[in-house]
Amino acid sequence: MKLIIAIIKPFKLNDVKESLATAGIEGMTVTDVKGFGRQKGHTEIYRGSEYTVDFLPKVKLEIAVSDEVVGAVIDAIVKGAKTGKIGDGKIFVVPLEGIVRIRTDEQGESAV
Amino acid sequence: MHPFRRFLRGFLLALWFAGIAALPMDAQSTAAAGSDAPALAPSIEQRLASLEAYIGNSDPSMALKGKDGQVPPGLKTAVSGLPGPGHNTWMMVSAALVLFMTLPGLSLFYGGLVRTKNALSVVAWCFGITSLVTVIWWAVGYSLVFGRSFQSPFLGGTEYFFFRGVGSAPNPDYSFWVSHNVFAVYELAFAIITPAVLIGSVVERMKFSSVLVVVTLWLLAVYCPLAHMVWGSNGYMNGVWNAGAGIQAIDFAGGMVVEMASGFSALILCLFVGPRLGYGKTPMPPHSLILAVVGTGMLWIGWYGFNAGSALGSDGIAANAFMTTTLAAAVAAGTWAGFEYLVRGKASVLGFCSGAVAGLVTITPACGFVDATGAMVVGVLGGAVPFFAVTKVKAWLGYDDALDVLGVHGVGGLVGMLLTGVFATVAVNPNLATNLTAVVGQTLWREQLKGIALTLLWTTLGTALIALFVKRVFGLRPSIEAETEGLDLNHHGEEAYIFDEKS
Repeated sequence: MKLIIAIIKPFKLNDVKESLATAGIEGMTVTDVKGFGRQKGHTEIYRGSEYTVDFLPKVKLEIAVSDEVVGAVIDAIVKGAKTGKIGDGKIFVVPLEGIVRIRTDEQGESAV
Repeated sequence: MHPFRRFLRGFLLALWFAGIAALPMDAQSTAAAGSDAPALAPSIEQRLASLEAYIGNSDPSMALKGKDGQVPPGLKTAVSGLPGPGHNTWMMVSAALVLFMTLPGLSLFYGGLVRTKNALSVVAWCFGITSLVTVIWWAVGYSLVFGRSFQSPFLGGTEYFFFRGVGSAPNPDYSFWVSHNVFAVYELAFAIITPAVLIGSVVERMKFSSVLVVVTLWLLAVYCPLAHMVWGSNGYMNGVWNAGAGIQAIDFAGGMVVEMASGFSALILCLFVGPRLGYGKTPMPPHSLILAVVGTGMLWIGWYGFNAGSALGSDGIAANAFMTTTLAAAVAAGTWAGFEYLVRGKASVLGFCSGAVAGLVTITPACGFVDATGAMVVGVLGGAVPFFAVTKVKAWLGYDDALDVLGVHGVGGLVGMLLTGVFATVAVNPNLATNLTAVVGQTLWREQLKGIALTLLWTTLGTALIALFVKRVFGLRPSIEAETEGLDLNHHGEEAYIFDEKS
């Protein structure tokens, strides 16, 4: 099992969700986050005061999947989130040691 | 006992006793007015001329005066001592408009420009100032500005303490057709907005109690004398109406009294208070430009009462002020945003707002004296000069005037006063011919410069002494923890925005 963590542009969330649904993914956790990579921030000027905003708004998706679908899920996220411009985000794949479905006490693969 | 509480208790007690002392005198003056000489009948011509004076916003008793220049005892018409409905209506609307500039105009404009954690504190300061100044104005302030009993060009008198004798009949010292009480409330709205503008330089980092103490002292020691000098009928700088004025300056709606006074006092106060914690290191962007836009619109609308209302009647001079105010505000808004576009490639909404306010400030002393061409020049320079004061000069000097009160109001007021001296014309305002024919269109700008110099000296010196005193006795700043956490929670126990995140 793997935990796929994807950082994407906020306005791409719907596209990613749809392409994940097409790939058969039925659940995910979404968080509003801030950060920067190579894109860096932008400058805002209020009268004489200039501020550099380093942290840009991004959306973080967390999806737990079985090992065999990892490739398909990554492809789906890339397909939905890509604009080809700097700041499109990153996908991290992390090994997942266990899953419990709280309602039924199911564990492991059957709880994905 | 806490020194502020002691001060407040003493102040309230003094007001209470003075109020009781004032009551019987009211009764006496009413009784005295009852014993009139036997009535004389006015002629048809005299009655008609009195009514015509209403249309021209001039003196209805002029037609009743004999060869000695006095109205014979007992001679009056049906309109004697009555307010004129049209003029009175406009002045009641104007008074409400000027109050609307503070509540909610300035509160929203300033409130939107500070950080979320201090948004309510700005509103509280504006509201607190409104309540406080109203009491001071009723008790002594109005009389100190518009009374005459001191016979002084620098301060009014005591005869109107506690609004004694301030009734619905017009006070011919200031307006022939506007109720005295309406005039007093109209001028109250000016006395409210001036300190409310002033405190913009020290937002986010001053104790609420100390704000109120500073405003109390400032109103009495700085505003009242200055307003009497400029607008009092025997004032030192009242060039239009006082033939014996020491400085023959003209200031239609408050370029010196309101704008320069608040602007330069704001600079001095912010120097004593010091910069906000983290100023220059932490970003302090406005928390809601939308609120600032809403406030700006209200200020602009309210300014019609401020400027056109300063004609103290619904006459041709008011009409001219209405027009010049519009031109200058719109042109200055575009000028400021245009300079932003030239300098940094983007025209900002805050730029439009700042330009509009700066233009309104700059036209304030000029609006009833200059024509459309003059107003356009005032608009361009009213946008351009404050733009450079705010975006360049402030950065060079490095003080933390948080909401640019000096750059917008101080500098704008100063520029407006000078331009008034250049563009004022008798064609727009016939009252300029009463005492100023020798200087209008010629050396009036020199009189304006003298007025500017005296205003600068008076306001900066007065504010410095007050700030020093309050800093020593009460302290000016909240604790570091309170300032970091925000004044809304610490001084007022509430938050501007509560978004319930749980369902």
